[in-house]
Amino acid sequence: MFAAIFRIVALVRKELLAMLKDPRGRAVLFVPPALQCLVFGYVVNYDLNQVTYAAYDRDHSATSSEFLASLDGSGVFQRVANLDRAADAKTIIDERRVLLVVQIDQDFERRLLSGQLANLQVIADGRNSNTAGTALNYLNTVVDSFNASWWTTHGGGGPPIRVWARTWYNSNLETRRSILPSLIGTLTIAEVLLMTAMSIAREKEEGTFDQLLVTPFRPAEIMVGKALPSLLVGLSQSSVILLVAQLWFRIPFAGSFLTLYLGLVLFLLAASGVGLLLSALVSTMQQALLLSFLVAMPFTLLSGLLTPLSSMPEVLQDFSLINPLRYMIDIARRVYLEGVGLDRLAFDLWPLAVTALLSLSIGAWVFRRQLG
Amino acid sequence: MNATAMGSSPHDSLSGRVMRIWALVKKEMRQILRDPSSIAVGMVLPLALILLFGYGLSLDVKNIPVAVVLEDTSPDATELASTFQLSPYFHARLMTSMAQAQELVLTRQIDGIIRIRPDFSRKIRNGVAVVQVVAHGGDANRARIIQTYAQGTVAQWSIRREAQGQDVTIGPVIVRDRLWFNEANESRYFLVPGLVVLIMTVLGALLTALVVAREWEQGTFEALFVTPVRAGEILLGKVFPYLGLGIFGLLLCMLAARFLFQVPFRGSLWVLSVSSLLYLLVALALGLFISSTVKAQFVAGLLTVVGAFLPALMLSGFIFDLNSLPVAIRIITYVFPARYYVALLQTVLLAGDVWAVILPNLAMLAGFATLLFVLTRLGFKKQLG
Repeated sequence: MFAAIFRIVALVRKELLAMLKDPRGRAVLFVPPALQCLVFGYVVNYDLNQVTYAAYDRDHSATSSEFLASLDGSGVFQRVANLDRAADAKTIIDERRVLLVVQIDQDFERRLLSGQLANLQVIADGRNSNTAGTALNYLNTVVDSFNASWWTTHGGGGPPIRVWARTWYNSNLETRRSILPSLIGTLTIAEVLLMTAMSIAREKEEGTFDQLLVTPFRPAEIMVGKALPSLLVGLSQSSVILLVAQLWFRIPFAGSFLTLYLGLVLFLLAASGVGLLLSALVSTMQQALLLSFLVAMPFTLLSGLLTPLSSMPEVLQDFSLINPLRYMIDIARRVYLEGVGLDRLAFDLWPLAVTALLSLSIGAWVFRRQLG
Repeated sequence: MNATAMGSSPHDSLSGRVMRIWALVKKEMRQILRDPSSIAVGMVLPLALILLFGYGLSLDVKNIPVAVVLEDTSPDATELASTFQLSPYFHARLMTSMAQAQELVLTRQIDGIIRIRPDFSRKIRNGVAVVQVVAHGGDANRARIIQTYAQGTVAQWSIRREAQGQDVTIGPVIVRDRLWFNEANESRYFLVPGLVVLIMTVLGALLTALVVAREWEQGTFEALFVTPVRAGEILLGKVFPYLGLGIFGLLLCMLAARFLFQVPFRGSLWVLSVSSLLYLLVALALGLFISSTVKAQFVAGLLTVVGAFLPALMLSGFIFDLNSLPVAIRIITYVFPARYYVALLQTVLLAGDVWAVILPNLAMLAGFATLLFVLTRLGFKKQLG
């Protein structure tokens, strides 16, 4: 037993040395996660803090100016141009100079004063319809508050139904708060997969795999010796990201670190298990790189990070059940933002444990056959 | 971008150059055909990725699981609740206990709660009736979508009631919006062009980065340098075969985008071809540049992911709006060529030939291609010395 542990420690040391001896390799492992976390913390954001628009005011009345002023005063809308002709709307949107064109009809003030409904015609650039939708949503908010203040000054029926919206765990609805915790798993999975797959592929390509065979190592020990270094590197990468989230973006951590790290260990075991499985399939480093990339890409894009899982076709939703990242994102968000304990994470933890167990034991079995 | 002005020797005759480059291209093509993994990257990868992500990535909203907590049993309240149940955007479960709904949110079986309070129908006639909407903020974008659509559903109900002559007031100003270039509001229309950019980046950069880094690692490049072949010729010999492979992948992607995902095509074919070819060249040059700088497969692979793939995903305007970024980050986005190709594709496919968008972006891509090839060529020359 002691001999086995001793052998594994020796193997882990050798792996870590091989991985970290090259200063470039070292930099590649630790600098990108921190940088990416910083950059993506700002980028991965569906909120808009600047919506450019052009006003086409055909009414030129006090009320229409008042409305446009309330748009400009919202802090989000930025008027880029005032149009005189309807035809200009097309050019200015086509050339991407504005996201919205807001048209106020000639009878705007007259209709409002006579208690009729007044229309606001809005054209949005749908080349990114998600951004356009968000901008229209903001516009509606400004219109709502304009309506409310119109009613208080001019009388008239207020809306008898008010929708009172609240968001739990993220009361200001900041995308950043939900994105940064999920980056903890997202930014590590590709590198962990790649590292594990490459470490065995390198030995295969350089012929040192055969040398490992004549040592007293058992296949299971080789597996553990290959999985542990990736686990350690993955844990330190995640900690770097966690630090950036807390110290730079100052997102308060609601849960317990112990719970988060337990989830992380299971997740990284599952990811390196998948990496080991991949390395069993390949014979060169190049194939290992390509294959792990081919697996990491769907894992990342179809994890619920960028687009909701429930918008995917059912087949792909079923596929995502084997995606370790999907569970890690859920764990990270819930521990980080909600502060839930282990009892509420069972749904996420057991699939990770099963993936880790299955992939590591299948990997060991394949290697034993390749060794035999 | 190759070395023409380097004095004259028998090796400099044009036919000699062409012959040497052709020999290299032939060698490279044999290598591609022999190694199944390059074929996989060139043909299977683009098709598999565009199918997987074309169907998988969607920001469209449908069937969001929510609970409608009905604490009021009046006809008004039940009518509002059934409006939620009939809405295509929600998959609404009706219940009467708020505690039960909260438990469902905490176990993540539903994403939000719509609560109709006991005094709803009394307040609707006398005062302000409140519909409470609670969303789980774990995914902020989704939370906002739930709130917007819940508001929309309540508004829809109010409009219907007003049409029936009951006293509910909307307005006085209402927004009538139209979404140009994407009237149906399909997120696929802008996600699929973005995917094409992503796939072309991976295809062009990763493939060349790996192949060239392997040659450095195995020392076959040094072997090439002692032959009469010029460094610039080696470069061209690498670019042509992979350009061919890339064009094939590009065609597959475009056909899938047009005929499978029905993305509209409103611009002209030649603008699309020119910009796609230019971007492919940029991606190939990026791969060559990375691999001739670091010369190790593992590092080259990681750098391609970090320097090409992730920026193409995150910093290109493919999903996330670039204008909302802090200035420092926005400046960074200009360094990565993907943003120019995203702008080109979205415009050519969805809007048409808008020269004010097309020309500057094409110029930027051409600039990047030239710069990267020159840099790579310079890196090669140093090795010769």
